[in-house]
Amino acid sequence: MSTVASTLERPLSKRRQIRLSRRIVSLGGWTLSGLCLLVLSVLMVWILMVVFLRGAGALKWATFTTITQGNGGGLKNAIEGTLVLSIGALLLAVPFGVASGIYAAEYPNSPWAKTIRFLADVLVGVPSIVVGYFGYVAMVQWMGWNFSVAGGSIALAIICLPYICRTTELALRQVSNDLRDAAYSLGANERRVVLGVCLPAAMPAILTGVLLALAVSVGETAPLLYTAGWSNFMWDGHLTKSPIGYLTYAIWTFINEPFASANRLAYAAAFLVTGFVLIINVLARFVLERRARQ
Amino acid sequence: MKFRAWLALVAGILPVILLAVVLFLAFYSEQAIHFNGWGFVVRNTWNLGNLYMDPITRHGFQVQPGATYGILFLIVGTLLSTFLALLFAVPVGIGAAIFLAEAIPSHLRTWISFFVELLMAIPSVVFGLWGYVVVIPFLSRHLFPLLAATLGRLIPFFAGPTGSGYSLLTASIVLALMIVPIIAATLRDALVSQPVSLREAALGLGATRFEALWKVILPGARKTLIGATFLALGRALGETMAVLMVSGNALNYLPHNIYDPISTMAAFIVSQLDSALQDPTGMAVRSLAEIAFVLAIISVIVNGLARLLLLVWNNGQRTAAV
Repeated sequence: MSTVASTLERPLSKRRQIRLSRRIVSLGGWTLSGLCLLVLSVLMVWILMVVFLRGAGALKWATFTTITQGNGGGLKNAIEGTLVLSIGALLLAVPFGVASGIYAAEYPNSPWAKTIRFLADVLVGVPSIVVGYFGYVAMVQWMGWNFSVAGGSIALAIICLPYICRTTELALRQVSNDLRDAAYSLGANERRVVLGVCLPAAMPAILTGVLLALAVSVGETAPLLYTAGWSNFMWDGHLTKSPIGYLTYAIWTFINEPFASANRLAYAAAFLVTGFVLIINVLARFVLERRARQ
Repeated sequence: MKFRAWLALVAGILPVILLAVVLFLAFYSEQAIHFNGWGFVVRNTWNLGNLYMDPITRHGFQVQPGATYGILFLIVGTLLSTFLALLFAVPVGIGAAIFLAEAIPSHLRTWISFFVELLMAIPSVVFGLWGYVVVIPFLSRHLFPLLAATLGRLIPFFAGPTGSGYSLLTASIVLALMIVPIIAATLRDALVSQPVSLREAALGLGATRFEALWKVILPGARKTLIGATFLALGRALGETMAVLMVSGNALNYLPHNIYDPISTMAAFIVSQLDSALQDPTGMAVRSLAEIAFVLAIISVIVNGLARLLLLVWNNGQRTAAV
């Protein structure tokens, strides 16, 4: 009480001053926080401009139709390799990821589901190079696969798996319990309810999650360096003992070369990878936004 | 077998994989762990030894003459770059989250947040490309000389020589940009979901809108901020490609100022495997596996802790943002 009284006793001008100082602090706070956001946006735009402007200048029709030759040529082999590796990773990761996601979402209170959820989150945080080195030790050396599509795809699948598990779980959680109750009351068993009712209802969101996992795997480098290797040639169709090229490797290697033609390949690869990743993310956001509004 | 049991069995692949990754690295690096001992983390020398001589037997292990494996410079580089990255990223992340949650109307918020958080989707090698092509020249020509001439006079760690641009500071800046969206997104979610009544109470007591935010709403989201910072820490510790491309990949070197090159544990694994393969005894490759093993353990602990904190503090609700 005494502070209130003393504030009131102070002359009017002094009270104004306090208010003014508080206003200045507040204004300063808003300005600083606005600046933070501005800096982030500017840097984002800067990155996109570097990648897309230089990348667009480097892209030619020949980039898509010729294979890499020394310090030039095209990226046909790398584009094919990225697709092969990513699709291979999804083929491995989707069944397991969706199944674990279903389990985590449909039996949320069981200790095993809690463990799965928690470990999925932990696995997301394991550095991709650790997964890559595990792939090198386990598949390239121990299994004797050498640099190969199988090794690269499995390493990528390990990266994708927790993402798919998580997005599937979140998608199924959005499905209303009324739907489950209705299905059970019609006499459906557990399998029917989950696979026939909940899964179709959540399918758009699950597919969005799979697409996001595809974007992640297209953008990964570290897990592939020592599992898939690199090849200047098109994939020969062997799953093991033959290395394969991919776009992110081209970005990393060719930007360090002193040749303009090699640098152009790096920019073109960056353009393709970033463009693909961004398109998938924007699409996914639109789908999820629309579903959230419904 | 029942449907539920099948699902539970298939879901078991997640724990199995996590365990397999850690155990495989542990078994593979076992010899190196014994050979290197605890000195691994305090020695500052990574030396494959003389590769042109025949292997000798030391402490019961076949190694090249003169081979020593110590990663002190990697530990220092990893910790310093991560620490500096967090130092930049936490305030900027808080600022951006505040502005997104409080100052931007909600119909714009979705899309502006999305734009900034797209930074999370950009591949790490693209950050590396950007860092290599534009950030390094910009910093080494403009910012570093300026910093050395001003702050460098007061603080020795900022004093020159300013080097080539491949540096601790460059790595930290690029890392910071990669982890800011994790902090911003998680905190923004927490700020938006704080009860309206709290804000109304603060405003009713005569607080300005910023005071209500700073003294009432933000402290309410403190725990989320700590959890998100841990997540960001985990990401920064294990970041590979971007660091590899801008840090300078220093070997056996401790930085004397922020313009010195460094290397991190994650980046070192990539930059050294090719030369480690030249070691016919395989001890170098096994020592690299030891680094990967240590990194795996650290990241499991950091991420596990972060998720646990977020889980406990959010009453079992998982964060939707990251």
